[in-house]
Amino acid sequence: MSYHNPYTPPRKSATFDDYTLAEIRRAAATGIYDIRGAGTKRKVPHFDDLLFLGASISRYPLEGYREKCDTSVVLGTRFAKKPIHLKIPITIAGMSFGALSGPAKESLGRGATISGTSTTTGDGGMTDEERGHSETLVYQYLPSRYGMNPKDLRRADAIEVVVGQGAKPGGGGMLLGQKISDRVANMRNLPKGIDQRSACRHPDWTGPDDLEIKIMELREITDWEKPIYVKVGGARPYYDTALAVKAGADVVVLDGMQGGTAATQDVFIENVGMPTLACIRPAVQALQDLGMHRKVQLIVSGGIRSGADVAKALALGADAVAIGTAALVAIGDNDPKWEDEYRKLGTTAGSYDDWHEGKDPAGITTQDPELMQRLDPVAAGRRLANYLKVMTLEAQTIARACGKNHLHNLEPEDLCALTMEAAAMAQVPLAGTSWYPGKGSF
Amino acid sequence: MDASVKRESLEATRVFDLASTPLRELNSALHAIGPGANDTNFEVVNPRGSHAVAVGIDQPVSVDVRGSVGYYCAGMNDGGTVTVHGSAGPGVAENMMSGTVVIEGDASQYAGATGRGGLLVIKGNAASRCGISMKGIDIVVQGNIGHMSAFMGQSGHLVVLGDAGDALGDSLYEAKLFVRGKVKSLGADCIEKEMRPEHLQKLGELLDRAGVKNVRPEEFKRYGSARKLYNFNIDNADAY
Repeated sequence: MSYHNPYTPPRKSATFDDYTLAEIRRAAATGIYDIRGAGTKRKVPHFDDLLFLGASISRYPLEGYREKCDTSVVLGTRFAKKPIHLKIPITIAGMSFGALSGPAKESLGRGATISGTSTTTGDGGMTDEERGHSETLVYQYLPSRYGMNPKDLRRADAIEVVVGQGAKPGGGGMLLGQKISDRVANMRNLPKGIDQRSACRHPDWTGPDDLEIKIMELREITDWEKPIYVKVGGARPYYDTALAVKAGADVVVLDGMQGGTAATQDVFIENVGMPTLACIRPAVQALQDLGMHRKVQLIVSGGIRSGADVAKALALGADAVAIGTAALVAIGDNDPKWEDEYRKLGTTAGSYDDWHEGKDPAGITTQDPELMQRLDPVAAGRRLANYLKVMTLEAQTIARACGKNHLHNLEPEDLCALTMEAAAMAQVPLAGTSWYPGKGSF
Repeated sequence: MDASVKRESLEATRVFDLASTPLRELNSALHAIGPGANDTNFEVVNPRGSHAVAVGIDQPVSVDVRGSVGYYCAGMNDGGTVTVHGSAGPGVAENMMSGTVVIEGDASQYAGATGRGGLLVIKGNAASRCGISMKGIDIVVQGNIGHMSAFMGQSGHLVVLGDAGDALGDSLYEAKLFVRGKVKSLGADCIEKEMRPEHLQKLGELLDRAGVKNVRPEEFKRYGSARKLYNFNIDNADAY
């Protein structure tokens, strides 16, 4: 009796999926790890896993478009003589001139200024264009100290001491030689065309006690006028926040692993750091334990995309958020209109992340003069302003629905979680229950 | 000195006693000096290891600090002349733009870190990471320097009359290093280089500016970058 073996479809491994196999082959062919821009691409618990409850019998809503819902925020109220007053709690995160083109930096400044918010320099110093087009400009104080000088410290509106960033807590950076134009090289005191290493830690301080003295020095240099932020990557948010407060920060900037980078090893981006959602509550807890919540302001960044994300971050206790990748998309990054060129680069619109190579068809992550010309900073600035306006309106819509007349009045009680993971990280109840992991029994 | 001249000189010097005056008043007074001001001489007494003494100077003032200071003395100095008649804590003259800073005693870690210009003279020894990430500053150390000095130094000159510790000039860019004594070890991509006439001339100028007598440039060796790590190459990974 013959036996017919029925067809069995080929079975792919979940462990060795197509992407993993391709990465193994790429590593074997090139002998080098993948470097790319942007933040983590893996799926992690995020704001999508939270929902607002809205008003009900016990809570009454505010009338949309009629009743006031304030969006303003003041940053730097602890020590600075001149705190920053912003109209909206959405700021533009630090991104360097060098990693970004001049027109891109100008676009960010224009958009932020129209919207009444701040933008931030990056690793490479402050340009006149950026200062000129940004009504409120935060000057980053980075380990590399590229472009650092006291004149720019004084013409900044705030100073951000960068300890780490969410895409690579504990990591430095590398601006590859192909993006080092004459101007970029001159700003960084290095020869043209060589790789520029951004150090992973500061050259003249280590640890929280030193940081306290460093912050004091910066305050003395600027006559205690400027708010001083401390930016940390999402790694140990409770302790980093507490130590930043102890060191004298006016503002803590907390960047989760969805936060972008100009160029970092993919293995670093995908495997180091914590999701933004997991960082906020421990940081807020640290502020509350020290009696400093709302006295030292908390800015959260990493994967903020919409007004809903803004509202959720604020409900969990942040005072403001910062956007980077989303702002680049708003001004034209990964726009499908450049699809033909993305294809030539072996990618597709929405996936392009080789920002370090300087070939960006959108003219944003490049120093190529021809590519840069494609970006009209006036129009792009307008797009960013539109986007910020929409995010703000969205956040207000949600806040009013929860009965809040200021975005800062949103609170964890307004939220529930869709998943156990999100419930645990955000410390808000799993939907339909009054429980989250770590809180009593189910 | 003629008594009247001495009195006039003293009257032109503003004295800040940090035992009784807040640091903030000293630095604010230094920042209040405008271009072309006459009263530009300052004296600081009882510094008692204070941090951030005379930081952010942006005019050609002269500051004499009578005693030892803590962290970041003369930080970001831009045009001033600061003399510490004692020793200095970490980060003295960090990110100096221009001017002169003289330490009569020893200096702790990170002396002249990221400095972009000006001259830092340390008459004693300097600890580790002297001239780290230097970007144009000239540093003359009359004693010895500690390990990892001139790490990632980008430009400027580091002159050491004594010995250098481990890993001198690790990951060096274009800073030029001159050492008269022994070097315990060189860092990644740092090599001894030929001392050409232009280097001897530059070194002589630096020694003159630092007030060093009876030392000849020919007594030094020059170290610089091999430039093998300037562009990432996987075959160099073992060097890191």
